[in-house]
Amino acid sequence: MTAKIKEFPGVGLRESDFTERKVLFTEWKPDARYAWDAGVAIGRYLAELKEGRIIGVRCHHCRRTVVPPRIFCEWCFRPMDEWVYLEDHGVVNTFSICYVQWDMERLEEPLIPAVIEIAGASKGVGILHLLGEVDPREVKIGMKVKAVWKPAAERIGAITDIRYFKPIN
Amino acid sequence: MPKEVAIIGVGYAGFRALTPEVSYKELMYEAAVKAYEDAGVDPRRDIESFVTVAEDFTEGTSIFDEYVPDQLGAVLKPVHTISGEGLHGFIAAYLQVLTGAMDIVAVEAHSKASNILTPDEIMAFAMDPVYNRPLRANPHFIAGLEMNRYLCETGTTREQCALVVAKNKHNALYNPLAAYGASIAVEDVLESEMVSYPLSRLDMSPRADGAIVMVLAARERAEELSDIPIWIRGVGWCNDSFSLENRDWTNAIYAARAAEMAYRMAGIRTPWQELDFAEIDDTFSYKELQHMEALRLCRPGEAGLLVEDGATEIGGEFPVNPSGGSLGMGHLLDASGLARLLEVVLQLRGEAGQHQLSDVETGLAFGWRGLPTTSGAAVILSN
Repeated sequence: MTAKIKEFPGVGLRESDFTERKVLFTEWKPDARYAWDAGVAIGRYLAELKEGRIIGVRCHHCRRTVVPPRIFCEWCFRPMDEWVYLEDHGVVNTFSICYVQWDMERLEEPLIPAVIEIAGASKGVGILHLLGEVDPREVKIGMKVKAVWKPAAERIGAITDIRYFKPIN
Repeated sequence: MPKEVAIIGVGYAGFRALTPEVSYKELMYEAAVKAYEDAGVDPRRDIESFVTVAEDFTEGTSIFDEYVPDQLGAVLKPVHTISGEGLHGFIAAYLQVLTGAMDIVAVEAHSKASNILTPDEIMAFAMDPVYNRPLRANPHFIAGLEMNRYLCETGTTREQCALVVAKNKHNALYNPLAAYGASIAVEDVLESEMVSYPLSRLDMSPRADGAIVMVLAARERAEELSDIPIWIRGVGWCNDSFSLENRDWTNAIYAARAAEMAYRMAGIRTPWQELDFAEIDDTFSYKELQHMEALRLCRPGEAGLLVEDGATEIGGEFPVNPSGGSLGMGHLLDASGLARLLEVVLQLRGEAGQHQLSDVETGLAFGWRGLPTTSGAAVILSN
């Protein structure tokens, strides 16, 4: 139907109609700020990242080793039994190649988020991070990758203390 | 009075101004472990459904219901979240059992208020963006407007409101769970800095962190699992029109209607005679008085006089907030109503310790969703 209409009646809205307030509207910019207590499990995880190590936890009941750590096993609903240091390398479980920014503008260099099954943790357990130093066309599920850490002096106890994971042979 | 669904387990954690040692998940886990142990149930095997209470803006995480199953033992089980008062969540859990859909259901509510850096901004976010927010007044003025009109219409005095603060903070001294117990005088309240006239700093309940979990069961399972099941006798909830321009500033009609629904269900005609005590919202001092009147625990305009007479003290004729209420225990955001209900359970079990009331059989809990709402829920329990 619209294909038959050559010229729409009326006038389109321009940005100036808003800036000159010819169109009435109300704006609100929320000031919502939070600071989450890390607590026991996440607190230790972040402290270890600052030291350049990845730590997980183990449940003796279901015999899973999981990362990031938590104080309870969500399957068995009992306290975790021990802290376990894990390797800083692993295998890509799944990945995506993200070509858009937050405003959906195209990215020149795509980001490559990936779930990396960390060596030492149970099958299927991994952490979410980015892949780097790799051609997006070369990334494969099952690829071995290793953490590229920030220098010790720059680490603050955050997931970004690892810059990204890069392929190893 | 129906005796179909009972509370068979309660667990709680926190109730402190700050809880930096634990994450919200760890706080919830602690409360859940205690509740399940108290009920004698294994959540992975026995609990069929979980209801949590959370508001995304206070959590700082959208679609927060995704973040609750792990620490409650609820992974791969029916879970849903109520964005309402803790008692709204409790009633949702109760109804699941009442319908026969589930036999054992857990309900959880928590507060990590200390993690919100801009709490008054979050509160302002609940105001109308066109009519009210552009005035840029801190939303506590809404409590000031209501308190002013309530005092004027009923003849209640600021001194009587201050007595509520003194009573509740005093009760809190005998409650090990309470974060804000204190021995203060009426003058302390009257002389504390004015926040929004006639509401002073000490008329307001300070915020606290905490988590509460309760386990509900259908009659047969409840009798099998628990020596002291606490029966749910009546529930009710109600929302008034929201408008700040033409709401009733004197009467808490939402509270009156919510209570009438619960009283009708419980077969209660004269609440002040048939109930033994009440744990009711006291987010602000005058709210306890206004809610007492709306809940028909006294006649309109008489609540202030009852407080003056000491009738609502722990040793009084009709104790109100023996736990210390939010003024004494701390305001737990949307978990506040569940904290009120927790005290009713502990009192009816005879487990309230130093502030135990004698010979109590039936108690009322009432929760208000806080500023700027006209939303409340009531629950009546008996042993």
